[in-house]
Amino acid sequence: MSIFQFISDFFRDSAHWHGQSGIPHRTLEHLQYSFMALGIAAGIALPVGLVTGHTGRGGNALALIATAARALPSYGLLVLMFFWLGIGLTPVMIPLVALAVPPILVNSYEAMRTVEPSPVDAARGMGMGPVAVLFQVELPVALPLILSGLRSAAIQVVSTTAIAATVSLGGLGRFVIDGLYQRNYEIVVGGATLIAGLALAMIALFWLVERLTVSPGVRGGR
Amino acid sequence: MRGAGFFDIPSDLQTSYLGLIGLHVEEALIPVAIGLAIALPLGQLCVRFSWLYAPVLWVTTVLYAIPSLAFFIFLIDYTGATRTTVMIPLTVYSLVLLVPSIVDGVRSVPQETMSAATAMGFGPVQRYLKVQLPIAVPAIVAGLRVAVASSISLVSIGALIGNQGALGNLLQDAILYHRSNLAMNSVVTTAVLAVLMDIALVLLRMALTPWMPRGGRAARRAARTAAVEPTARPALEDTTV
Repeated sequence: MSIFQFISDFFRDSAHWHGQSGIPHRTLEHLQYSFMALGIAAGIALPVGLVTGHTGRGGNALALIATAARALPSYGLLVLMFFWLGIGLTPVMIPLVALAVPPILVNSYEAMRTVEPSPVDAARGMGMGPVAVLFQVELPVALPLILSGLRSAAIQVVSTTAIAATVSLGGLGRFVIDGLYQRNYEIVVGGATLIAGLALAMIALFWLVERLTVSPGVRGGR
Repeated sequence: MRGAGFFDIPSDLQTSYLGLIGLHVEEALIPVAIGLAIALPLGQLCVRFSWLYAPVLWVTTVLYAIPSLAFFIFLIDYTGATRTTVMIPLTVYSLVLLVPSIVDGVRSVPQETMSAATAMGFGPVQRYLKVQLPIAVPAIVAGLRVAVASSISLVSIGALIGNQGALGNLLQDAILYHRSNLAMNSVVTTAVLAVLMDIALVLLRMALTPWMPRGGRAARRAARTAAVEPTARPALEDTTV
Protein backbone atom coordinates (compact mmCIF):
# COMPACT_ATOMS: atom_id res chain seq x y z
CA MET A 1 0.00 0.00 0.00
CA SER A 2 1.41 3.37 -0.89
CA ILE A 3 1.92 6.20 1.55
CA PHE A 4 -0.79 8.23 -0.16
CA GLN A 5 -3.26 5.39 0.35
CA PHE A 6 -2.44 5.45 4.09
CA ILE A 7 -2.94 9.21 4.22
CA SER A 8 -6.29 9.17 2.46
CA ASP A 9 -7.48 6.25 4.62
CA PHE A 10 -6.51 8.15 7.74
CA PHE A 11 -8.41 11.27 6.79
CA ARG A 12 -11.45 9.36 5.52
CA ASP A 13 -11.93 7.42 8.73
CA SER A 14 -14.61 9.38 10.55
CA ALA A 15 -13.44 7.97 13.89
CA HIS A 16 -10.40 10.21 13.59
CA TRP A 17 -12.50 13.35 13.56
CA HIS A 18 -14.22 13.11 16.95
CA GLY A 19 -13.46 13.38 20.63
CA GLN A 20 -10.39 13.86 22.79
CA SER A 21 -8.08 12.10 20.36
CA GLY A 22 -9.72 13.45 17.21
CA ILE A 23 -7.93 15.55 14.64
CA PRO A 24 -9.59 18.89 15.56
CA HIS A 25 -8.87 18.53 19.28
CA ARG A 26 -5.27 17.38 18.75
CA THR A 27 -4.62 20.23 16.31
CA LEU A 28 -5.99 22.72 18.78
CA GLU A 29 -3.79 21.28 21.54
CA HIS A 30 -0.77 21.46 19.28
CA LEU A 31 -1.45 25.11 18.42
CA GLN A 32 -2.05 25.92 22.07
CA TYR A 33 1.33 24.51 23.19
CA SER A 34 3.15 26.05 20.25
CA PHE A 35 1.76 29.55 20.65
CA MET A 36 2.24 29.42 24.41
CA ALA A 37 5.93 28.61 23.97
CA LEU A 38 6.27 31.18 21.20
CA GLY A 39 4.55 33.81 23.34
CA ILE A 40 6.80 33.20 26.33
CA ALA A 41 9.90 33.19 24.13
CA ALA A 42 8.86 36.41 22.38
CA GLY A 43 8.10 38.00 25.75
CA ILE A 44 11.65 37.30 26.86
CA ALA A 45 13.61 37.70 23.63
CA LEU A 46 11.89 40.60 21.83
CA PRO A 47 12.48 43.30 24.47
CA VAL A 48 16.06 42.19 25.09
CA GLY A 49 16.86 41.95 21.37
CA LEU A 50 15.23 45.26 20.50
CA VAL A 51 16.91 47.19 23.31
CA THR A 52 20.37 45.72 22.74
CA GLY A 53 20.02 46.22 18.99
CA HIS A 54 18.87 49.81 19.47
CA THR A 55 21.84 50.65 21.67
CA GLY A 56 24.15 48.43 19.61
CA ARG A 57 25.63 46.85 22.72
CA GLY A 58 25.79 43.30 23.96
CA GLY A 59 25.78 41.76 20.49
CA ASN A 60 28.70 39.47 21.28
CA ALA A 61 27.01 38.13 24.39
CA LEU A 62 23.81 37.48 22.38
CA ALA A 63 25.76 35.66 19.66
CA LEU A 64 27.38 33.50 22.30
CA ILE A 65 24.03 32.67 23.90
CA ALA A 66 22.51 31.81 20.51
CA THR A 67 25.42 29.58 19.52
CA ALA A 68 25.40 27.81 22.87
CA ALA A 69 21.62 27.32 22.79
CA ARG A 70 21.88 25.78 19.34
CA ALA A 71 24.17 23.08 20.73
CA LEU A 72 21.42 21.90 23.10
CA PRO A 73 19.53 18.91 21.69
CA SER A 74 15.84 19.67 22.12
CA TYR A 75 14.67 16.05 22.20
CA GLY A 76 17.25 15.27 24.86
CA LEU A 77 16.17 18.27 26.91
CA LEU A 78 12.54 17.11 26.67
CA VAL A 79 13.42 13.70 28.10
CA LEU A 80 15.67 15.18 30.77
CA MET A 81 12.99 17.64 31.91
CA PHE A 82 10.52 14.75 31.99
CA PHE A 83 12.83 13.00 34.47
CA TRP A 84 13.36 16.10 36.59
CA LEU A 85 9.88 17.62 36.57
CA GLY A 86 7.58 14.74 35.67
CA ILE A 87 4.59 14.85 33.36
CA GLY A 88 3.07 18.24 32.69
CA LEU A 89 3.25 21.44 30.74
CA THR A 90 6.30 23.02 32.43
CA PRO A 91 8.82 20.30 31.48
CA VAL A 92 7.71 20.66 27.86
CA MET A 93 7.67 24.46 27.83
CA ILE A 94 11.29 24.78 29.00
CA PRO A 95 12.90 23.09 25.96
CA LEU A 96 10.42 24.73 23.57
CA VAL A 97 11.15 28.21 24.92
CA ALA A 98 14.89 27.49 24.91
CA LEU A 99 14.50 26.53 21.26
CA ALA A 100 12.50 29.62 20.28
CA VAL A 101 14.49 32.30 22.12
CA PRO A 102 17.73 32.35 20.05
CA PRO A 103 16.26 33.07 16.58
CA ILE A 104 13.95 35.78 17.97
CA LEU A 105 16.74 37.31 20.04
CA VAL A 106 19.41 37.37 17.36
CA ASN A 107 17.08 38.51 14.61
CA SER A 108 15.54 41.36 16.57
CA TYR A 109 19.04 42.47 17.58
CA GLU A 110 20.30 42.38 14.00
CA ALA A 111 17.11 44.03 12.74
CA MET A 112 17.49 47.04 15.02
CA ARG A 113 21.25 47.26 14.58
CA THR A 114 21.12 47.28 10.79
CA VAL A 115 18.46 49.99 10.45
CA GLU A 116 20.04 52.51 8.11
CA PRO A 117 21.06 55.71 9.87
CA SER A 118 19.87 58.04 7.10
CA PRO A 119 16.09 57.67 7.64
CA VAL A 120 16.66 57.93 11.39
CA ASP A 121 18.59 61.17 10.88
CA ALA A 122 15.91 62.44 8.52
CA ALA A 123 13.23 61.71 11.13
CA ARG A 124 15.22 63.53 13.79
CA GLY A 125 15.68 66.44 11.40
CA MET A 126 11.93 66.56 10.96
CA GLY A 127 11.65 67.09 14.70
CA MET A 128 10.65 63.60 15.85
CA GLY A 129 11.48 62.69 19.44
CA PRO A 130 13.28 59.46 20.40
CA VAL A 131 10.00 57.59 21.07
CA ALA A 132 8.50 58.64 17.74
CA VAL A 133 11.71 57.69 15.94
CA LEU A 134 11.62 54.27 17.57
CA PHE A 135 7.98 53.47 16.83
CA GLN A 136 7.52 55.27 13.51
CA VAL A 137 10.88 54.74 11.86
CA GLU A 138 13.14 52.11 13.41
CA LEU A 139 10.55 49.42 14.24
CA PRO A 140 8.75 49.57 10.87
CA VAL A 141 12.06 49.30 9.03
CA ALA A 142 13.25 46.46 11.27
CA LEU A 143 9.95 44.57 11.13
CA PRO A 144 10.68 42.15 8.23
CA LEU A 145 13.78 40.74 9.91
CA ILE A 146 12.03 40.57 13.30
CA LEU A 147 9.16 38.64 11.70
CA SER A 148 11.56 36.20 10.03
CA GLY A 149 13.04 35.45 13.43
CA LEU A 150 9.57 34.78 14.81
CA ARG A 151 8.71 32.62 11.79
CA SER A 152 11.85 30.55 12.20
CA ALA A 153 11.08 30.09 15.90
CA ALA A 154 7.44 29.19 15.18
CA ILE A 155 8.38 26.49 12.67
CA GLN A 156 10.91 24.94 15.03
CA VAL A 157 8.47 25.02 17.93
CA VAL A 158 5.69 23.39 15.90
CA SER A 159 7.97 20.54 14.84
CA THR A 160 9.43 20.03 18.30
CA THR A 161 5.99 20.10 19.99
CA ALA A 162 5.29 16.96 17.94
CA ILE A 163 8.16 15.23 19.72
CA ALA A 164 6.72 16.27 23.08
CA ALA A 165 4.23 13.43 22.67
CA THR A 166 7.02 11.01 23.67
CA VAL A 167 6.84 12.43 27.17
CA SER A 168 3.07 12.08 27.38
CA LEU A 169 1.86 15.41 26.08
CA GLY A 170 -1.09 15.77 23.69
CA GLY A 171 -0.93 17.46 20.33
CA LEU A 172 -0.47 15.98 16.87
CA GLY A 173 2.64 14.05 17.92
CA ARG A 174 0.29 11.66 19.75
CA PHE A 175 -0.86 10.15 16.44
CA VAL A 176 2.73 9.47 15.40
CA ILE A 177 4.02 8.14 18.73
CA ASP A 178 0.93 6.04 19.51
CA GLY A 179 0.79 4.76 15.95
CA LEU A 180 4.44 3.70 16.13
CA TYR A 181 3.76 1.78 19.35
CA GLN A 182 0.68 0.10 17.89
CA ARG A 183 2.50 -0.47 14.58
CA ASN A 184 -0.44 1.26 12.91
CA TYR A 185 1.24 2.91 9.98
CA GLU A 186 -1.94 4.63 8.82
CA ILE A 187 -2.14 6.71 12.00
CA VAL A 188 1.61 7.42 11.95
CA VAL A 189 1.57 8.76 8.42
CA GLY A 190 -1.66 10.67 9.00
CA GLY A 191 -0.17 12.37 12.06
CA ALA A 192 3.02 13.21 10.18
CA THR A 193 0.95 14.77 7.41
CA LEU A 194 -0.91 16.92 9.92
CA ILE A 195 2.35 18.05 11.58
CA ALA A 196 3.92 18.96 8.25
CA GLY A 197 0.74 20.75 7.24
CA LEU A 198 0.75 22.79 10.43
CA ALA A 199 4.38 23.80 9.91
CA LEU A 200 3.58 24.91 6.37
CA ALA A 201 0.55 26.81 7.69
CA MET A 202 2.98 28.73 9.91
CA ILE A 203 4.89 29.91 6.84
CA ALA A 204 1.62 31.01 5.28
CA LEU A 205 0.56 32.75 8.49
CA PHE A 206 3.78 34.72 8.77
CA TRP A 207 3.71 35.57 5.07
CA LEU A 208 0.23 36.99 5.62
CA VAL A 209 1.26 38.92 8.74
CA GLU A 210 4.19 40.35 6.83
CA ARG A 211 1.92 41.43 3.97
CA LEU A 212 -0.43 43.13 6.39
CA THR A 213 2.03 44.82 8.75
CA VAL A 214 5.15 45.67 6.77
CA SER A 215 4.88 49.02 5.04
CA PRO A 216 4.97 48.75 1.22
CA GLY A 217 7.89 51.16 1.16
CA VAL A 218 10.00 48.84 3.29
CA ARG A 219 8.79 45.71 1.52
CA GLY A 220 9.72 47.03 -1.90
CA GLY A 221 13.39 46.45 -1.19
CA ARG A 222 16.24 48.87 -1.20
CA MET B 1 23.63 -2.38 40.81
CA ARG B 2 25.21 -3.82 37.72
CA GLY B 3 25.34 -1.73 34.58
CA ALA B 4 23.73 1.41 35.93
CA GLY B 5 26.69 3.80 35.83
CA PHE B 6 26.84 6.98 33.78
CA PHE B 7 28.80 5.36 30.96
CA ASP B 8 27.17 1.93 31.16
CA ILE B 9 25.31 1.60 27.89
CA PRO B 10 22.40 -0.90 27.91
CA SER B 11 23.28 -3.92 25.83
CA ASP B 12 20.21 -3.57 23.58
CA LEU B 13 21.97 -0.72 21.79
CA GLN B 14 24.64 -3.23 20.73
CA THR B 15 27.46 -0.74 20.86
CA SER B 16 29.76 1.01 23.31
CA TYR B 17 29.68 4.65 24.38
CA LEU B 18 32.39 5.52 21.88
CA GLY B 19 30.55 3.52 19.24
CA LEU B 20 27.46 5.67 19.77
CA ILE B 21 29.55 8.83 19.46
CA GLY B 22 31.12 7.58 16.23
CA LEU B 23 27.72 6.69 14.85
CA HIS B 24 26.29 10.06 15.85
CA VAL B 25 29.12 12.01 14.21
CA GLU B 26 28.74 9.92 11.06
CA GLU B 27 24.97 10.36 10.86
CA ALA B 28 25.31 14.11 11.46
CA LEU B 29 28.28 14.99 9.26
CA ILE B 30 27.73 12.88 6.14
CA PRO B 31 24.49 14.80 5.39
CA VAL B 32 26.25 18.15 5.88
CA ALA B 33 29.04 17.08 3.52
CA ILE B 34 26.58 15.93 0.86
CA GLY B 35 24.53 19.11 1.42
CA LEU B 36 27.63 21.22 0.85
CA ALA B 37 28.54 19.27 -2.28
CA ILE B 38 25.10 20.04 -3.73
CA ALA B 39 24.86 23.59 -2.37
CA LEU B 40 28.12 24.81 -3.92
CA PRO B 41 27.10 24.31 -7.57
CA LEU B 42 23.48 25.25 -6.80
CA GLY B 43 24.63 28.47 -5.11
CA GLN B 44 26.86 29.27 -8.07
CA LEU B 45 23.91 28.76 -10.43
CA CYS B 46 21.84 31.16 -8.31
CA VAL B 47 24.60 33.77 -8.52
CA ARG B 48 24.96 33.32 -12.27
CA PHE B 49 21.24 33.38 -13.02
CA SER B 50 19.83 35.66 -10.38
CA TRP B 51 16.22 34.99 -11.42
CA LEU B 52 16.75 31.47 -10.13
CA TYR B 53 17.47 32.55 -6.56
CA ALA B 54 13.94 33.60 -5.55
CA PRO B 55 12.24 30.31 -6.54
CA VAL B 56 15.11 28.28 -5.03
CA LEU B 57 14.69 30.19 -1.76
CA TRP B 58 10.95 29.51 -1.82
CA VAL B 59 11.42 25.79 -2.32
CA THR B 60 14.12 25.54 0.35
CA THR B 61 12.11 27.56 2.88
CA VAL B 62 9.18 25.18 2.44
CA LEU B 63 11.41 22.08 2.64
CA TYR B 64 13.09 23.40 5.77
CA ALA B 65 9.71 23.80 7.43
CA ILE B 66 8.88 20.10 7.17
CA PRO B 67 9.40 18.74 10.69
CA SER B 68 12.12 16.11 10.92
CA LEU B 69 9.83 13.54 12.55
CA ALA B 70 7.30 13.86 9.71
CA PHE B 71 10.07 13.77 7.12
CA PHE B 72 11.49 10.55 8.60
CA ILE B 73 8.09 8.91 8.58
CA PHE B 74 7.33 9.79 4.96
CA LEU B 75 10.67 8.24 4.00
CA ILE B 76 10.21 4.96 5.93
CA ASP B 77 7.97 3.77 3.11
CA TYR B 78 10.84 4.14 0.63
CA THR B 79 14.07 3.61 2.57
CA GLY B 80 12.85 1.68 5.62
CA ALA B 81 13.72 2.40 9.26
CA THR B 82 17.38 2.82 8.41
CA ARG B 83 20.11 5.38 8.85
CA THR B 84 19.52 6.53 5.28
CA THR B 85 16.03 7.62 6.34
CA VAL B 86 17.58 9.86 9.00
CA MET B 87 20.32 11.20 6.78
CA ILE B 88 18.17 12.24 3.80
CA PRO B 89 16.20 14.95 5.68
CA LEU B 90 19.38 16.15 7.38
CA THR B 91 20.96 16.52 3.94
CA VAL B 92 17.99 18.58 2.79
CA TYR B 93 18.15 20.83 5.88
CA SER B 94 21.91 21.35 5.42
CA LEU B 95 21.35 22.21 1.79
CA VAL B 96 18.70 24.74 2.76
CA LEU B 97 20.99 26.37 5.31
CA LEU B 98 24.03 26.43 3.02
CA VAL B 99 22.60 27.79 -0.24
CA PRO B 100 21.84 31.32 1.12
CA SER B 101 25.21 31.43 2.90
CA ILE B 102 27.05 30.54 -0.28
CA VAL B 103 25.05 32.97 -2.44
CA ASP B 104 25.58 35.81 0.06
CA GLY B 105 29.26 34.99 0.37
CA VAL B 106 29.93 34.83 -3.36
CA ARG B 107 27.88 37.97 -3.99
CA SER B 108 29.89 39.84 -1.37
CA VAL B 109 32.96 39.72 -3.62
CA PRO B 110 33.45 43.30 -4.85
CA GLN B 111 33.20 43.97 -8.58
CA GLU B 112 36.70 45.52 -8.60
CA THR B 113 38.17 42.30 -7.23
CA MET B 114 36.44 40.32 -9.97
CA SER B 115 37.69 42.76 -12.62
CA ALA B 116 41.22 42.57 -11.23
CA ALA B 117 41.08 38.76 -11.42
CA THR B 118 39.87 38.94 -15.02
CA ALA B 119 42.62 41.43 -15.86
CA MET B 120 45.17 39.01 -14.43
CA GLY B 121 44.00 36.48 -16.97
CA PHE B 122 41.83 34.28 -14.75
CA GLY B 123 39.15 32.33 -16.55
CA PRO B 124 35.72 31.82 -14.97
CA VAL B 125 36.68 28.53 -13.29
CA GLN B 126 39.96 29.84 -11.91
CA ARG B 127 38.26 33.03 -10.80
CA TYR B 128 35.67 31.00 -8.93
CA LEU B 129 38.17 28.67 -7.25
CA LYS B 130 40.90 31.20 -6.46
CA VAL B 131 38.96 34.41 -5.81
CA GLN B 132 35.22 34.01 -5.18
CA LEU B 133 35.30 30.84 -3.10
CA PRO B 134 38.11 31.93 -0.71
CA ILE B 135 36.45 35.30 -0.12
CA ALA B 136 33.15 33.51 0.52
CA VAL B 137 34.72 31.19 3.12
CA PRO B 138 33.61 33.17 6.22
CA ALA B 139 29.98 33.21 5.02
CA ILE B 140 30.07 29.53 4.05
CA VAL B 141 31.56 28.53 7.39
CA ALA B 142 28.87 30.58 9.15
CA GLY B 143 26.27 28.48 7.32
CA LEU B 144 28.16 25.28 8.08
CA ARG B 145 28.18 26.08 11.80
CA VAL B 146 24.38 26.30 11.87
CA ALA B 147 24.02 23.21 9.65
CA VAL B 148 26.34 21.06 11.78
CA ALA B 149 24.75 22.16 15.06
CA SER B 150 21.22 21.45 13.84
CA SER B 151 22.29 18.15 12.28
CA ILE B 152 23.87 16.93 15.52
CA SER B 153 20.74 17.88 17.44
CA LEU B 154 18.35 16.27 14.94
CA VAL B 155 20.09 12.89 14.65
CA SER B 156 18.71 12.08 18.11
CA ILE B 157 15.14 12.27 16.80
CA GLY B 158 15.96 9.27 14.62
CA ALA B 159 15.57 7.24 17.82
CA LEU B 160 11.80 7.62 17.45
CA ILE B 161 11.67 5.65 14.19
CA GLY B 162 13.40 2.60 15.63
CA ASN B 163 16.81 3.12 17.22
CA GLN B 164 18.33 5.13 14.40
CA GLY B 165 19.26 8.08 16.59
CA ALA B 166 22.77 7.12 17.81
CA LEU B 167 23.13 9.07 21.07
CA GLY B 168 19.38 9.72 20.89
CA ASN B 169 18.79 6.00 21.44
CA LEU B 170 20.04 6.57 24.98
CA LEU B 171 16.99 8.77 25.56
CA GLN B 172 14.63 5.95 24.62
CA ASP B 173 16.50 3.55 26.90
CA ALA B 174 16.46 6.17 29.66
CA ILE B 175 12.66 6.12 29.58
CA LEU B 176 12.48 2.34 29.11
CA TYR B 177 14.77 1.51 32.04
CA HIS B 178 14.00 4.60 34.17
CA ARG B 179 17.61 5.70 34.15
CA SER B 180 17.86 9.47 34.11
CA ASN B 181 21.65 9.29 33.97
CA LEU B 182 21.35 7.91 30.44
CA ALA B 183 19.32 10.96 29.40
CA MET B 184 21.87 13.22 31.07
CA ASN B 185 24.66 11.37 29.29
CA SER B 186 22.92 11.81 25.94
CA VAL B 187 22.27 15.54 26.40
CA VAL B 188 25.75 16.35 27.68
CA THR B 189 27.57 14.25 25.07
CA THR B 190 25.49 15.69 22.22
CA ALA B 191 26.01 19.25 23.43
CA VAL B 192 29.77 18.73 23.87
CA LEU B 193 29.95 17.22 20.37
CA ALA B 194 28.16 20.25 18.94
CA VAL B 195 30.45 22.69 20.75
CA LEU B 196 33.60 20.81 19.66
CA MET B 197 32.44 20.77 16.04
CA ASP B 198 31.70 24.49 16.25
CA ILE B 199 35.19 25.21 17.54
CA ALA B 200 36.66 23.02 14.78
CA LEU B 201 34.76 25.03 12.16
CA VAL B 202 35.95 28.34 13.60
CA LEU B 203 39.55 27.04 13.49
CA LEU B 204 38.99 25.87 9.93
CA ARG B 205 37.82 29.34 8.93
CA MET B 206 40.87 30.92 10.52
CA ALA B 207 43.14 28.47 8.69
CA LEU B 208 41.43 29.10 5.35
CA THR B 209 41.42 32.89 5.63
CA PRO B 210 44.93 33.77 6.83
CA TRP B 211 44.54 37.32 5.46
CA MET B 212 41.78 38.18 7.90
CA PRO B 213 42.75 39.95 11.13
CA ARG B 214 42.68 37.63 14.13
CA GLY B 215 40.68 38.35 17.23
CA GLY B 216 39.26 41.73 18.01
CA ARG B 217 36.45 43.26 16.00
CA ALA B 218 36.66 41.07 12.92
CA ALA B 219 36.25 37.86 14.89
CA ARG B 220 33.37 39.28 16.90
CA ARG B 221 31.62 40.43 13.75
CA ALA B 222 32.05 36.95 12.28
CA ALA B 223 30.56 35.46 15.45
CA ARG B 224 27.53 37.73 15.16
CA THR B 225 27.01 36.88 11.50
CA ALA B 226 27.18 33.21 12.34
CA ALA B 227 24.49 33.66 14.98
CA VAL B 228 21.83 34.73 12.50
CA GLU B 229 20.34 31.63 10.95
CA PRO B 230 20.43 31.72 7.17
CA THR B 231 16.79 30.68 6.99
CA ALA B 232 15.77 33.30 9.53
CA ARG B 233 16.51 35.98 7.02
CA PRO B 234 13.51 37.47 5.25
CA ALA B 235 13.93 34.87 2.55
CA LEU B 236 10.51 35.26 1.02
CA GLU B 237 11.06 38.92 0.31
CA ASP B 238 14.75 38.81 -0.49
CA THR B 239 14.33 38.88 -4.23
CA THR B 240 16.16 42.11 -4.97
CA VAL B 241 19.65 41.73 -6.36
